[in-house]
Amino acid sequence: MKLMHNILKKIKPHFEKEGALSALYPAYDAFETFLFVPNHTSQSGTHIRDSVDLKRTMVIVIIALLPCLFFGMWNTGYQYHLQLASAGLQSIEDYNFWDHFFFGFWKFMPLVIVSYVVGLSVEFAFAVNRKHQVNEGYLVTGMLIPLTMPIDVPLWMLALSVIFAVVIGKEVFGGTGMNILNPALTARAFIFFAYPTKMSGDKVWVHSADKIDGVSGETALGQLASLVDIDPNDETVISKISEFSSDGAYSLSNSFLGIIPGSVGETSVIAIMIGAAILLFTGVGSFRIMASMFIGGLSMAYVFNLVAPDTNLFMSLDPIHQLCIGSFLFGMVFMATDPVSAAQTNKGKIIYGFLCGVLSVLIRVFNPAYPEGVMVAILFMNVMAPLIDHYVVEANIKKRLKRLKVDE
Amino acid sequence: MDVKISKGADIKLKGSADRVYANVANSKYYAIKPSDFHLLTPKMVVKVGDYVEAGDILFYDKNLEVIKFTSPVSGSVIDIVRGAKRKILEVVIEAETDIKYKQFEIGDLANLNKQQIIDHMLNAGLWPLIRQRPFATIANPMESPKAIFISGFDSSPLAPDNDFIFHGDDYLFQLGLDLITQICDGTTHLNLDGNSNPAKVFRTAKGVQINHVFGPHPAGNVGVQIHHIDPINKGDVVWYLTPQDILTIAKFFKDGRYDASKIIALTGAKVKKPRYYRVIQGTSIAPIVADNTHEGEKRFITGNVLTGERINADGYLGFYDFQISVITEGNYSEFFGWLLPGFHKYSLSRTFFSWLNSKHEYDLDSNNHGEERAYVVTGQYESYMPIDIFPVQLIKAILIEDIELMENLGIYEVDTEDFALCEYACTSKIPVQSIIRRGLDIIKKECS
Repeated sequence: MKLMHNILKKIKPHFEKEGALSALYPAYDAFETFLFVPNHTSQSGTHIRDSVDLKRTMVIVIIALLPCLFFGMWNTGYQYHLQLASAGLQSIEDYNFWDHFFFGFWKFMPLVIVSYVVGLSVEFAFAVNRKHQVNEGYLVTGMLIPLTMPIDVPLWMLALSVIFAVVIGKEVFGGTGMNILNPALTARAFIFFAYPTKMSGDKVWVHSADKIDGVSGETALGQLASLVDIDPNDETVISKISEFSSDGAYSLSNSFLGIIPGSVGETSVIAIMIGAAILLFTGVGSFRIMASMFIGGLSMAYVFNLVAPDTNLFMSLDPIHQLCIGSFLFGMVFMATDPVSAAQTNKGKIIYGFLCGVLSVLIRVFNPAYPEGVMVAILFMNVMAPLIDHYVVEANIKKRLKRLKVDE
Repeated sequence: MDVKISKGADIKLKGSADRVYANVANSKYYAIKPSDFHLLTPKMVVKVGDYVEAGDILFYDKNLEVIKFTSPVSGSVIDIVRGAKRKILEVVIEAETDIKYKQFEIGDLANLNKQQIIDHMLNAGLWPLIRQRPFATIANPMESPKAIFISGFDSSPLAPDNDFIFHGDDYLFQLGLDLITQICDGTTHLNLDGNSNPAKVFRTAKGVQINHVFGPHPAGNVGVQIHHIDPINKGDVVWYLTPQDILTIAKFFKDGRYDASKIIALTGAKVKKPRYYRVIQGTSIAPIVADNTHEGEKRFITGNVLTGERINADGYLGFYDFQISVITEGNYSEFFGWLLPGFHKYSLSRTFFSWLNSKHEYDLDSNNHGEERAYVVTGQYESYMPIDIFPVQLIKAILIEDIELMENLGIYEVDTEDFALCEYACTSKIPVQSIIRRGLDIIKKECS
């Protein structure tokens, strides 16, 4: 510790104004402040400051993501081995818990590493170029991006989407705190529209699904998308519907546990709920957004229940089941709550969250070619958030003006 | 009227003053600091070497010449400290052992009219005690306020306890109130702490409207009280002063001399024996803190840790301060401080494990605990802002210097102290109070 401090002290002059490497000062600074909370003292205003800073806040979000991360790793292995078993190649009993986990671990770690290395390189390049500090925002974005990807996404595609997200999603607006769209969702949207074949269909969600002739590795939403204009008496349809009943592959309990195919981090409701609990307890995540988005989604699903025709299972699916599949909850807990791109006023957050929930379910049900509505719904509401805030603030201004008139 | 506040926080610090008076010899040096008065341009009357009595004029306000600033003690002016652009920072007086007072002819107290009271206060240098909202500057004696507010208690960390200080001052306090109520045609409000049982001197005050304010800090801030009791609109002016100022005014009118003594609390974790002291306005803190602080690097603050001003160990008490705080200077680096569990790191959030380990009192130092960043976290200021405004939006309006937007968002209702808790809690370490001060200065210049 002392040694590290001394080394840093020794090399610091090279990076300061007169030093040979002064252009790289932001990089040095990021490294130093990563290791040590600096010895800065308050220079104006309050003489004491709370212990929390942006690094700490970001670390809390990463800790909240760990249950999803670990479960996602396990599920990646489990789904792959399940597929082998269904193809008759192996029996699922041949694998124990750690086999599933480490299989997923080795498949998923490259995604995490690529995301961080590429993303942070871009961040550092911008910081050095524009002579500002390296911001912590990417610590969370870098973890969120791989968690929203299918496991087999090619690494170069991931790298490209990361670059797009950091440059177009964030840095062109001025960096962390200035962006309009959620950078992690920007990455996902980029890859979704640029390379749709790698982001949809029934062959991408389980490792090597396109090579092994096992059961369909379709997500629950993909499956539902094929059940919107059906003949309820058709036999294949009945077998598909049965997958959503209590002993089917996409049953409520399976969706809740998360042992279904999907993006790495999104499947387990339990893991997401642990993350949500951490965010809410520490005060890092917004309860207003989470609660109102949940209620919004639930209300929309209920409305669909009421008007659903017999031929549309997507609309008549139980509302709770509806929210437990796909990335609704993951988006609700980790994406919609991003404080920079969400609404910023307390009232605005409730409106924003509610509309996120309504639109997520609306888009996924009404556009079967496009089952993952959450991503688009949140991105759309990101754009709308400043407008919501504008009207909330405007109401406060009007109230003040009214008081003035009453007094006169 | 009862006011209940739910937003805010009491930061419990180590080193609150014991309820005893310490005996310490009076300081030899005193200073009046023009920087204590926002936007004041002083015009000097005395020069170095001049002899003054207590109550003799030192300088006046260049923009409003009737506002005079007088010497709190008798002695000779030994220094006029100037800073950048020859701005006057301190007028230092070396005091005599026996203070000689300038005598003022008051006349019959019962027959004083409004203008006579104001004139006497102006001449004796008492007027600067009265400040105004908006802008938190010295009140303009030519204007007439819609109300006067007196916050009977201070809710900030380690604040002195007025119930203790005012023990036995019933007569003087009421006398002061009777005078003050005459200079304002509107109501005079005396706001008391609803969380405790205030001293009899406050409870039995007459001629004023007594309001009880419940809730955590900043319940004692006069700005918060004004907002909930009689809010300021554009064009309104409210005057405010502290209870001890009322005593100073009463003593002046009773005896016809400027007795600038007041009671302050010496507080903070770095103080060996935190106690109350009877001192004179502008005193050097040297005799008070000498031999009474713990080893190590310290920060001396006149005022409280949230809004006070940093001074040296031989610096001078601020004009509006009733407290000296001494805390640890936190200029240390912390290895992975942002990553470790932090069982001992106090935070209003629960991002550190210190919530497992909640203590009665904390020893917080002046470390920033991080670097300044752009705004990321939202909703944080709102939890500590009991005034119905949008704090972050107001700060952003100030940063872009949009005057109309600042007005619309309620800048007339606030002062820097109302944002102190926001600044304390801020994850992005934004210098909130200095931004608010800048906004107020911009508006004030625009108005004049």
